[in-house]
Amino acid sequence: MSARDVHGVEPPWGDAFSVIGKPHRKVDGLAKATGQALYADDLSLPGMLHAKTLRSPHAHARIVSIDTSRAAALDGVHAVITGADLPTPYGVIPWTQDEHALALERVRFIGDEVAAVAAVDEETAEAALERIDVVYEPLHAFLDPHEAAERGEPAIHPERKKGNVSKHVELEFGNVEEALAEAEFVVEGDYFYHGTTHAPIEPHCALARYTADGLLTLWSSTQITHYVHRTLSAVLGLSPTRIRVVQPCLGGAFGGKSDPFSFELCAAKLAMITGRPVKLLWTREEVFYAHRGRHPMHMHYRAGADSDGRLRGVDARILIDGGAYSSFGLVTTYYSGQLLTGPYDFPAYRFDSTRVFTNKPPCGPKRGHGSVQPRFAFEVQLDELAQKVGLDPIEIRRGNFQGSDTSTVNGQRITSSGFAECLDAVEHASDWKARHGALPFGRGLGVAGSMYITGTNYPVYPNEMPQAGVQLKVDRSGLVTCFTGGNDIGQGSNSVVAYLVAEELGMDHRDVRVVAADTDLCPVDLGAYSSRVTFMVGNAAIDAARKLRRAIVGAVAEAWEVELERVRMIGGTVLDLGDAERALTTAEAFQLAEARLDTLGSTGSYNTPTLGGDYRGGTIGASPAYSFTAHVVEVAVDEETGRISVNDAWIAHDCGRALNPMLVAGQMEGSAYMGMAEALLEHHEVNRFGLHAGPSLLDYRIPTAVDTPELHALIVESLDPEGPYGAKEAGEGPLHPAIPAISNAVWDAVGIRLRHLPFTPAKVLAALSERTPRAAGSEV
Amino acid sequence: MRVVTLRINGDEREIAVRDHWTLLEALRYELGLTGSKQGCDKGDCGACTVLVDGEPTLACVTLAVLAEGREITTIEGLAPRHRASGGEGADPLQEAFDRCGALQCGFCQPGTLLSARALLDRTPRPDREAIRAALAGNLCRCTGYTQILEAIELAAGEAAGVEVPTPEWMADLRRAEGTSRP
Ligand code: FES
Ligand code: FES
Repeated sequence: MSARDVHGVEPPWGDAFSVIGKPHRKVDGLAKATGQALYADDLSLPGMLHAKTLRSPHAHARIVSIDTSRAAALDGVHAVITGADLPTPYGVIPWTQDEHALALERVRFIGDEVAAVAAVDEETAEAALERIDVVYEPLHAFLDPHEAAERGEPAIHPERKKGNVSKHVELEFGNVEEALAEAEFVVEGDYFYHGTTHAPIEPHCALARYTADGLLTLWSSTQITHYVHRTLSAVLGLSPTRIRVVQPCLGGAFGGKSDPFSFELCAAKLAMITGRPVKLLWTREEVFYAHRGRHPMHMHYRAGADSDGRLRGVDARILIDGGAYSSFGLVTTYYSGQLLTGPYDFPAYRFDSTRVFTNKPPCGPKRGHGSVQPRFAFEVQLDELAQKVGLDPIEIRRGNFQGSDTSTVNGQRITSSGFAECLDAVEHASDWKARHGALPFGRGLGVAGSMYITGTNYPVYPNEMPQAGVQLKVDRSGLVTCFTGGNDIGQGSNSVVAYLVAEELGMDHRDVRVVAADTDLCPVDLGAYSSRVTFMVGNAAIDAARKLRRAIVGAVAEAWEVELERVRMIGGTVLDLGDAERALTTAEAFQLAEARLDTLGSTGSYNTPTLGGDYRGGTIGASPAYSFTAHVVEVAVDEETGRISVNDAWIAHDCGRALNPMLVAGQMEGSAYMGMAEALLEHHEVNRFGLHAGPSLLDYRIPTAVDTPELHALIVESLDPEGPYGAKEAGEGPLHPAIPAISNAVWDAVGIRLRHLPFTPAKVLAALSERTPRAAGSEV
Repeated sequence: MRVVTLRINGDEREIAVRDHWTLLEALRYELGLTGSKQGCDKGDCGACTVLVDGEPTLACVTLAVLAEGREITTIEGLAPRHRASGGEGADPLQEAFDRCGALQCGFCQPGTLLSARALLDRTPRPDREAIRAALAGNLCRCTGYTQILEAIELAAGEAAGVEVPTPEWMADLRRAEGTSRP
């Protein structure tokens, strides 16, 4: 189906949902709770070898020579590969394929992959790595993005011929200079986002098997099976029909398992060479090097408003530190500007974003890809504007709200929007009116809002095929098996598919089995990124279930010799509305339909409508629906130590419809926690040699249960006209306001503006000491 | 290499391990008990937490040979232990984690569940602060901990036969109708 025939937001039967909207258990909950769920590293195969990767000790160097003979001669070593064995470049975005499974002639950051070994066990593989002799010729390493922007030599990617610029985007809508000249109040400032990483608790792992008949199977901890499938085919030179990619249970991803990675290609290649299964499990340290985390951004913003606080124009200049490779960087660069144009209206907008390469671990997509950093800057600036205008921070947001069923200044279509209700909810729950500006010195409340996409409207490789496909198979027992290419990465998408199919077929959702993310078994879905799965796979599942339902209802109606309208599938039975005596169980109906029709099954799909602005790049940032969020946080700032603690966070999120409110709340809480951590604790950085400052879960400080504040999830439902029963996303949007809300709360608490992340005690103390006593705020 | 006898989930298992092998390696690679997870292999994340004589212990920094003669419980042992003491299904804590939505990716949860089990064995009705403290060694990257805390409170409350408050999103009037815990 396409989005043009919309499923509607109503229950399929009668006026109430039977499965949807309730806090059901997940399809895989108990398997996870009992240790039965199998993750990539839990799999092993007879005769399995273990692989390890040699990584560059230089931030930027030319490889003069590699000699693997001593390693290959070691007892127990079965294969050693280098860049020459996998020379085809790849990358998730077709236009910027600048990665190699193993470095060809140049290494670009400390940790870049150079060679891989398969051996009888990990110890032997590690010993072999020590015996690979690489001669490097060090080159100037770029660690400062400003330097990389100005200086093109030595180029980190000489073939790109644009110096060290990875991507530059400049777009203007309306006339910004004019708008700002006419504005009553203008605020201008610099903001800095420092860089953070995903740190899923499961390290990346792949297991490859190459059988005698030339079939390659790869089990990988990926969140996008389909792109791994395509990349394996391109780089290994194998037909995709000879490759199967399976995602086992996944131990967290957050965007960090979206790129096709070297470990997948190396495990596969080593299995092909040795004819034995090969497992490659990264150490925690390697996960930090591989990174693909949130980009550091140096942001300059100007925003102007009228005397009543109405925004007139916004102007942004952003320098993005991309690290060593492109990854999703083309999209990041667009997103840094394109996703700021809601939930507020401004008639003029310009952004000028430049992503540069540096010799650091490559950045990529992290939860709230490309838009968390600008959102931080803008929402802090909006508070500064409110202060100048003399408006309450919630009021200025309310006053500029763009509403629903509208379009943004950059030409994006907005359908449902519950942002106003989000503001109401956090205002009420936090007792904002009584407490904002009224708490004792050292304590304060801050607010921020945001908007995020529900899936990207266009796939990363242009094609006309559906974004999501689902196949249903019916068993005579009453079981329905649902095959979907969608990746459940812990967010619960497999459960959501089961709930939707069960709702449509009037069944118990426990009688729907979901088989997912296996390229041999499941129709293509583009994977778990950009918050697309519930919306797109959900719509495809409803489409498939409706087709199946029509067949079953038709067969039953024919057998009963009644009108179609009289037959209903509901509550695990098939009923005749005209005859209370007549009913079949779901299983009996399946059997009846199978006998009358054929082997039962159906397919369904979803594709996006044509959307986006009519200009180059206008389709990037286009989404079939947008989610909206508002946060209020309460902080305490310790004047002695400079430590900020967040005591409470109220998170109101418009997810369209909460298909399972318990899972929605979990996404909101997880997002808010992660955003808070980015503001206060986490920092992904390298030292002056380009070496990661602390590649461990001890040094990289992700919050414990003790560090995490009380999180209050307030669900807002706007019922989107095109979402599955009105659902939109919940996994990424709720992160955005967490960071600016803390900065804004610190202003309320002690009168300092924090514009540079992370908000460390040292920065707070410095700002406090510069602050002119009480009233006026100093600037950091 | 040496032969050790480990008592795991009530079973005596005799296995050969290398001297430097950790208990986690012995569990995952020798005994096929892959429920204990490896998140960092250096004592930072808590995913490998098992109970050794009832105490939460990081299996990735415990030598396998030093676990000899101790009573080891892994995540695979919780439900059987519950059934052996006359219960049904999984351990009520495991059920509560599922009922409260605490299991997102699930990777941290074997360790978290065992820390929680040890806490409730010692302190049947801990307050939220005590629960947070007991989980301080178990990093979870998905949940923001809230639903984990709710699950532990639910299991503790139900064991004591007292009413447990519902989470805010459930209490929210707009969705209160017909909505109860699974
Ligand atoms: S694996 Fe043992 S603490 Fe992380
Ligand atoms: S549920 Fe994923 S790390 Fe805790």
